[in-house]
Amino acid sequence: MVGLTHYLVLSAILFAIGTAGVFVRKNLITILLSIEIMLNAVNLSFVAFGRALGTADGQIIVFFVMTVAAAEAAVGLAIVIGLFRHRESLNPDTFTALKW
Amino acid sequence: MLFYLFAAVAVIASLLVIAQRNPVYSVLLLIASFGALSGLYVLLQAPFVAVIQIIVYAGAIMVLFLFVVMLLNAPHEETQHDERVHPLRRAGPMRFGAILAGALLVELIWALSRSGGDTGAFDGGGVTSVRALGQSLFTDYAFAFEATSILILVAMVGAVVLARAERRGADD
Repeated sequence: MVGLTHYLVLSAILFAIGTAGVFVRKNLITILLSIEIMLNAVNLSFVAFGRALGTADGQIIVFFVMTVAAAEAAVGLAIVIGLFRHRESLNPDTFTALKW
Repeated sequence: MLFYLFAAVAVIASLLVIAQRNPVYSVLLLIASFGALSGLYVLLQAPFVAVIQIIVYAGAIMVLFLFVVMLLNAPHEETQHDERVHPLRRAGPMRFGAILAGALLVELIWALSRSGGDTGAFDGGGVTSVRALGQSLFTDYAFAFEATSILILVAMVGAVVLARAERRGADD
C-alpha cells in the first residue's frame, strides 16, 4: 500500500537531484532548472501532507509556491539575459566581478 | 502501482535533466518530469494542483525557459574542462557538491525511516473540490493572495527593467 512515506521518499530523492544539479552543472539555465526541480519536490511533499491530514491547506500552499516560482523564473531569466549580454557566456565561473 | 510508474518517470527525467549537455533537452525532459508529477497529484486526489501544474509550470514557466534558451542561442556548456568529459563526471569541487547532495538524500531517508514500519497509508478522502479550495483561498488566505499579486507585479516590473537596462546604456 502506497502511503505518505513513499511520497516523502520520492520528494527527498527529487530534492537531492535538484541539489546535485545546482552543485554539478556549470550553466546558469540548468542551475535555474535544478531550482525548479527542488521547488517541485517540496510541492509534492506539501500535497502529500495535505492528503494525509485531509485539509486543503497543502494544496493552497502549492498555489503560492508556484506563484513564487513563476516570479523567480521571470526575474532569474532576465538576469541571465543581462549577464549573457555582458559577457557572452552562461558559465557562472566567468562572473567574478564581485570576487575579492 | 501507478505510483511507481510516475515516480520512476519523474526520477529518471529529473536525472537526465542534470545529465544533459544541451539545455533544450534539459527543458523538454523537465516538462516530462512535471507531467509525471501531475499524475502523482491526481493519485493524491488533488486534481486542481495537477491541472495548474500542467498549465502554469509546463505551459508557462517552461516555455519561458525554452524561449530564453533559444533566444540566447548558446546551447552547449562552455567550460575549461575537456569537452569529452561528461558534466556529471568532473573532478574537484563539483564532485564534492554531488557527494553533499548524496549525503542530503541519505540523511533525509534515514530521518524518514525513523518513523518505523508505518507507511502512513492515507485514510479518508482528500479535499478534491475546487470550490473548497477557492473558498479557503479567498477567506483564510486573502492577505497572502493579495501579497502574491504584488509580488507578481514587482517581478514583472523587475524583469522588464533588467532586460532593458543594458540596451539603453549602450545607446547613450
